[in-house]
Amino acid sequence: MLNIRWLAATSMAAVFMVSHVNTFAADAGNAVRGKTAYVKNGCWQCHGFVGQGGIAGPKLAPEPLPLAALSAFVRNSRGPMPPYMEAVLPNEELADIHAYLQSIPKAADYKSIPLLNQP
Amino acid sequence: MEHKKSNENAGRRQFLTGVIAAGAATAASSVGTIAPVSAADAPARVPSALPPSAKVAAAETSTPRELARVKGIPGSDFMVDVIKSLDIKYLPSNCASSFRALHESLINYGGNTKPEFLTCMHEESAVAMAHGYFKIAGKPLLTLCHGTVGLQHATMAVYNAWCDRVPVIVVGGNDLDAAYRPPGVPTFHSAQDINAIVRDYTKWDDTPVSLQHFSQSFVRAYKIAMTPPYGPVAISLDAGLQQEPMKDHGAKPYVPRYVPTAPPQGDTGAVKEAARLLAQAQNPVIVVDRAARTAAGVGLLVQLAELLQAKVIDQGGRMNFPKTHYLSSPPTAVNGADVIIGMELSDFWAVVNSFTDNGEHGGIGTNGTRIKPDTKLISISSVELNTKANYQDFQRYQVVDVPMAADAEATLPALIEAVKSAIPNERKAAIAARGEAARKTYAENKARTRQAAALAWDASPISTARLVMETYGQIKDLDWSLVASEGNVSNWPVRLWPMEKYHHWLGRSGGYGVGYGAPASIGAALANRDLGRFSVSIQSDGDLMYAPGVLWTAAKHKIPLLAVMHNNRGYHQEVMHVQRLANFRNRPVNLGGDMGPVGTSIERPDIEYHKLAESMGWWAKGPIKDPAQLGPALKEAIAVVQSGQPALLNVWTQPR
Repeated sequence: MLNIRWLAATSMAAVFMVSHVNTFAADAGNAVRGKTAYVKNGCWQCHGFVGQGGIAGPKLAPEPLPLAALSAFVRNSRGPMPPYMEAVLPNEELADIHAYLQSIPKAADYKSIPLLNQP
Repeated sequence: MEHKKSNENAGRRQFLTGVIAAGAATAASSVGTIAPVSAADAPARVPSALPPSAKVAAAETSTPRELARVKGIPGSDFMVDVIKSLDIKYLPSNCASSFRALHESLINYGGNTKPEFLTCMHEESAVAMAHGYFKIAGKPLLTLCHGTVGLQHATMAVYNAWCDRVPVIVVGGNDLDAAYRPPGVPTFHSAQDINAIVRDYTKWDDTPVSLQHFSQSFVRAYKIAMTPPYGPVAISLDAGLQQEPMKDHGAKPYVPRYVPTAPPQGDTGAVKEAARLLAQAQNPVIVVDRAARTAAGVGLLVQLAELLQAKVIDQGGRMNFPKTHYLSSPPTAVNGADVIIGMELSDFWAVVNSFTDNGEHGGIGTNGTRIKPDTKLISISSVELNTKANYQDFQRYQVVDVPMAADAEATLPALIEAVKSAIPNERKAAIAARGEAARKTYAENKARTRQAAALAWDASPISTARLVMETYGQIKDLDWSLVASEGNVSNWPVRLWPMEKYHHWLGRSGGYGVGYGAPASIGAALANRDLGRFSVSIQSDGDLMYAPGVLWTAAKHKIPLLAVMHNNRGYHQEVMHVQRLANFRNRPVNLGGDMGPVGTSIERPDIEYHKLAESMGWWAKGPIKDPAQLGPALKEAIAVVQSGQPALLNVWTQPR
């Protein structure tokens, strides 16, 4: 159910993005500051320090949602993740977090990792 | 509680008097030997014809031999006879004066075997050790607790055992006779009804008042604990009854023979109806939590699943169903089901409904259904036979179409036969096709899970997936047993390890009482030691710090265990609760300089768990933060464990 709700919320976020996309027309986030903001705001608690996700929250990186979609979700979540309003997480910090997530490199194919490629 | 007539007070109470009298006499006699005697008062000396023999000399000059101050057979010796009749192998306990007589009888009269006393440093550890031991050995252990404070320490572990349907025999010492018990501490440590504190989460308890009553109660307690649904039992043991000698009432008290009770099976009509629904279903789903009580239960579930080609959701209370089987499925498999059979579930409601803690509805969150409205539900659960009012671990009420108050494993053979009879020939092709579709879905899920595990593979702190797979990589060729996995490691062991045998996974605490992992894994490792298996645990930081003294118990009694720490430096179950509430209230959370909200982190200072373990006799290493160092460290640790010693690796990990 968590996944279904998350997907539903993501779809809603995509619609929301259309009307709010101008807010983040220039994605000028800073990845270094974003890493600090990511920790300070507790994103790591469910998504891990490099956005890998886990049982408590989906993966955020690599290949994060576009900033506007991410923002729409973060501000309006009605699912398991509590919403972060601007008083808690300012737009600038959110943009920095997005830049940090974008900077996380793609994971290797599991087939290239011997421990994950066992019968 | 032992009835004391005035002339019988020469029992325990006279013992104390005797100690005082003996002390006084010794003092007087010593004074006599050195007191000056005048020559005028001395009798005429008659020389001896012969020098005294060595025996006479010894008798005249040495301390007189102590005679037993308590005559007859101690009551606690008879108790040992009763305990031995049940073949209880170990006795994890923290020593206490209220059961000193039984303690003495166990280690001297009983020879400290069956049961062997295991020195514990906390009653919670002792009960949790018995909890873990049972899940491997299938036999309960006995633990002795000090009557009030000891039982108070033990309570959380008793509650875990209750919720996890595990039998533990808890005996609490007590000194009931207020007119005669020693003043001071023994009085603070006695109560009218010590069992009251655990009565809401034990299957049965008693306070025997005679030795015959004890023997009947002890065997009865064992029998009740071992009849499904299993559960802990408690016996309050009077100090007087233990200490005083057996009284001659004519017939000697007897030890009743233990005959196991057959577990309850589902009603024939209900089994037949369940089979009819399952056989006719388009998409039947099996959900299990503690359905398999033994390795045989796993085989029965495989038979049922394959017969129906039904997906199986194993909630993990035990290793119910092989994770390598193509019918093994995630919880979302209920979504399209038209018939769901739940076996030994503690929460059927949450199988078919969802709850989202999103602050809506005035802060209480939202509920939703996960299944189609006409889905038929079947339940087989022995817990329906044993519910209590105060502690309601049975969760929310769920309407079920075919409920059976019965033991699932005992009912499975009849259900399998009924399903065989109920499947019409024309349904067999559709059922086979269902199996083919399940094979494809299983392969897709497996690939997806492994790709998810590859994320953050080289991260530091080490990802929980890497932690789990590096560990598996080193133990895969051993007869391994994952005895506990505490803290949240995103369920990677269950998702990635090829768990097939019953002992590959033991499930969790039952009541989610933190502090279960360390002692339960040591108890299970003790049982595995005797079976020649290799025990490994994923040990979380917060869990270990509840009662770390159990590490010493493992070293003392040479219990080999590999404890790989999931040291995420916080109580991560709690982190998001505080963050969530702060967000609902639209204010930044106060971190107080830590990573998590104030009160949820275990950092600054960081605990050096490897040093803690070393100080208690473990081989240990850490902190390991670089994933490349984990494999070599595991190799070293495994060699130590294979030599018969416990080993701990302190690994810094991602939060979940």
